[in-house]
Amino acid sequence: MTIAVIDYGMGNLRSVSQALEHVAGRGAVVVTHDPAVVAAAERVVFPGQGAMPDCMRELDARGLRAAVLEAARSKPFLGICVGEQMLFEHSEEGDVPGLAVFPGRVRRFPDAGMVDRDGARLKVPHMGWNRVRQKPHALWAGIADDARFYFVHSYFVDPADRALVTGTCEYGVPFTCAVGRDNIFAVQFHPEKSARDGLQLLENFVAWRP
Amino acid sequence: MLAKRIIPCLDVTAGRVVKGTNFVDLRDAGDPVEIARRYDAQGADEVTFLDITASSDQRDIILHIVEACAAEVFIPLTVGGGVRKVEDVRRLLNAGADKVSMNTAAVQNPDLVFDASSKVGSQCIVVAIDAKQTAPGKWNVFTHGGRNDTGMDAVDWAKRVESLGAGEILLTSMDRDGTKNGFDLALTRAVADAVGIPVIASGGVGNLQHLADGVTEGRADAVLAASIFHFGEYTVREAKEYMAARGIEVRL
Repeated sequence: MTIAVIDYGMGNLRSVSQALEHVAGRGAVVVTHDPAVVAAAERVVFPGQGAMPDCMRELDARGLRAAVLEAARSKPFLGICVGEQMLFEHSEEGDVPGLAVFPGRVRRFPDAGMVDRDGARLKVPHMGWNRVRQKPHALWAGIADDARFYFVHSYFVDPADRALVTGTCEYGVPFTCAVGRDNIFAVQFHPEKSARDGLQLLENFVAWRP
Repeated sequence: MLAKRIIPCLDVTAGRVVKGTNFVDLRDAGDPVEIARRYDAQGADEVTFLDITASSDQRDIILHIVEACAAEVFIPLTVGGGVRKVEDVRRLLNAGADKVSMNTAAVQNPDLVFDASSKVGSQCIVVAIDAKQTAPGKWNVFTHGGRNDTGMDAVDWAKRVESLGAGEILLTSMDRDGTKNGFDLALTRAVADAVGIPVIASGGVGNLQHLADGVTEGRADAVLAASIFHFGEYTVREAKEYMAARGIEVRL
């Protein structure tokens, strides 16, 4: 089995590939910028780090857009962080269009009213371990509802179709932190940095038959 | 609700953790990867490696440690010590670090904070501030382990590095470091209230109450400690249970 981790030059993919190797075995994972390798892979992981305008630009500069869209149509596909955000139509970050696989927009945490229940100011980026409320999905198997995952982000997806939502979180405001449809699952948090529950999610992805 | 983080810190030199550790059933008490794995198993939210290697020819050793650690420990990993250039940041991230911490180099060349965060993202850049009280309610930034007074106000410097793109501040009280008398809570609070990025409190933890105080009184987003965990006085799990019992959100 080959799991392709798409490398478009944005950030370090070692954590993602090593966590996948940890659950899928050595040799099962290839980090690639070659559209042919993406096309041949059985599963595809689409990570993303940094600003979404940069990610979109680098994806196109490497000629990977068509390969990503084809993978999102045809095989088990896991988006992570900006890799989740890029699946939507538009981002407030830099006012850029995304890949429009899913209807909806990417929004920033609001500037005002970001306080926790004790009235303390909440900082942006949202960085650290927060609880994820699940909607039923095969990729949550073996993971407790409300389990904590590791987040680092200032923007989040706002799907136009609420049926896409597979997980929610709260940080000043409630927000969508996982989406899914057919062969696609995508998360805002970092499963590769989320200890046991993150590895469980990756293991579920490796075994997933959507 | 977001959990307050507990971060064990390991001082590493020549490939070994120094200051000693006291895990009873470790095969090799000084092996950084094994210790990081142990803290992960105890529920640590992150692990920080501080490379205290003095000679530059041994610098690359830390890269191998980071590589080995990142292959086995799936929580965020921060690495600091000896970072001078954007290239140093890039190499540590490529080895598997999630965040890189810079201290003296940021003071000497603030553009480094801007250049590094522009290149790899603010979320990867931690600025470590060593602060020492110079008057009531006033702290200066020190470098070289607390020997050199930069003359800069710690709160002003924290705000400045935030504006330059730092994603997080690791704030150490030089007055408290190693004393086991608890964090400098006034310092912690002054910085945490002044910036919009997370602040990690460091320096002086001697018991679990100190950790809780860092969050409640100091308003830190995370607390870092070394010796109370290394010497087996407390596990990370015990620290979290203690904090949870005091109404602090933690990941258990």
